[in-house]
Amino acid sequence: MKPGNVNLRKLWGPGLTFVVLALLAAFPLYASAYGLILVTDILMFVILALSWALFSAPTGYVSLAPAAFFGVGIYTSAILGKQLPLPLVVFLGGLISFCLALLVGALTLRLRGIYFAMFTFGLVELIKHFWLWYEIRFTGTRGRFVVVVDQKTIYIIMFVTFVLLLGTTYLIRRSRWGLALRSVGECEEAAAHIGVNVNILKTITFAISAIFMGAAGSVIATRWTYVDPYIAFNPLYSFMAVLMAIFGGISNPYGPILGAVIFAYLEEILLTRFPYYYMLIFGVVLIITVLYLPEGLIGLVMKLRKRMAGGQDALA
Amino acid sequence: MPLLEGKGVTKYFGGLAAVLNVDFHIEQGEVVGLIGPNGAGKTTLFNLISGALTPQSGTIRFRGENITGLKPHVICRKGIARTFQLVRVFPNMSVLENVLMGVLFGKSDGHGMGQALEEAEKWVDFVGLSPVKGLPARSLTLANQKRLEVARALATGPKLLLLDELMAGLNPTEVAQTMELVNRIREQGITVFMVEHVMKAIMGICNRIIVLHHGEKIAEGTPQEIATSRTVIEVYLGE
Repeated sequence: MKPGNVNLRKLWGPGLTFVVLALLAAFPLYASAYGLILVTDILMFVILALSWALFSAPTGYVSLAPAAFFGVGIYTSAILGKQLPLPLVVFLGGLISFCLALLVGALTLRLRGIYFAMFTFGLVELIKHFWLWYEIRFTGTRGRFVVVVDQKTIYIIMFVTFVLLLGTTYLIRRSRWGLALRSVGECEEAAAHIGVNVNILKTITFAISAIFMGAAGSVIATRWTYVDPYIAFNPLYSFMAVLMAIFGGISNPYGPILGAVIFAYLEEILLTRFPYYYMLIFGVVLIITVLYLPEGLIGLVMKLRKRMAGGQDALA
Repeated sequence: MPLLEGKGVTKYFGGLAAVLNVDFHIEQGEVVGLIGPNGAGKTTLFNLISGALTPQSGTIRFRGENITGLKPHVICRKGIARTFQLVRVFPNMSVLENVLMGVLFGKSDGHGMGQALEEAEKWVDFVGLSPVKGLPARSLTLANQKRLEVARALATGPKLLLLDELMAGLNPTEVAQTMELVNRIREQGITVFMVEHVMKAIMGICNRIIVLHHGEKIAEGTPQEIATSRTVIEVYLGE
């Protein structure tokens, strides 16, 4: 293989990322109102899927808690949105989610496999019903109105959250921290015995992934204008995050991004064009992916690239 | 002061005494064998020393310091490394990455990435895995996976290395190579405490042997003393 070849291939990923980020940054300048709303929605799902993968992909701990942290972010906006500027509210949404995840993680990350998944799923229901009880008992109403913010501001804050998440993912993956997370997924016991403080590592990473889920919730709440506990703590958001990440492939960060973009866009198209068959088509696409693309879309892309590279080498 | 010392170490699983009131000591520079029939409590004792389990009573001291009940990662950083009876490499990481993990996390002093890689290469070379250092660990033979575990443990910079049935499942050539490896580890000034069923190996390389039976220590002595001990022969062969 020629060295020039390798360099080009290495530059391909970061180069494309840079171009896409530049296009997204300038998007409010040329986008239609509908385009802005659509892309904000897609970015929200990308954040959920990518932040889920930040913790769950390397460690193998399947968390169904994204909806809990997403909901905490939503309610941060609903409660503080009128008093504080949006960027601060989003920051607080992330911070409160971080603290909650730290607490939950410290208590439950000793659970493994299906027990951890079940607990995190239960957490969403627990918070939802506790909050419903609180609202009816102390405020006397079920829902709240959220302050309205213009679409451009919403888009920009969502985009900045996404960029921060992308940077965090990159830094963690590149560092010894990322290596340690992988070792936990490969064999947690061996990791502990060669000096990895597995409990701290898992808890902190779980909490960091929750920051972005909470932040995404805080931003998107301002578009929904009305929320109640059933809307905010909807377990569907947990499932969506997991499905999108797995659909895209979790072996590298491009997978969840690709999965979320396609999934969210498909949802939009199907919902508007085929409102009656939307769930059906969705289900079929999903089953095909799981059956025939066990490593997700990104696995397929990598296989194709390898095949093309192999062909080139054979010719040369 | 012994390097490692246990007094009255006891661990019950439910009503069963897996390790009962065991006293032991390991001196600096020794190779000590731990033998006994299946279920005698050998691996449990290793788990108690390395922090995977906490004893119900008794104390374990390492270089004079009480380490009873400390977490595995803390014990590792104090200088006790181990391998596992059933190999536990990181299957999808490369051989070099496996060993790098030990360098990066097993020591209390920090390392730069470049320096850490250099040291990992050194240990990969020490166990003779340099030709396969880029391969994922899962693609190695059992013998080489066991060597990889040793390299990963050595990379944490231990004073004491616990080897749990390093030779089980290996063919005679591989056993001989592994014995040679243990001797080279000793030459590095690292004390070795090993559980082993391969008698030829244990008689050949140990200074001293401890025998466990039903969780209790029934004999201790040089390989000759153990080989001729009536109690030990009764335990292994029946009366």
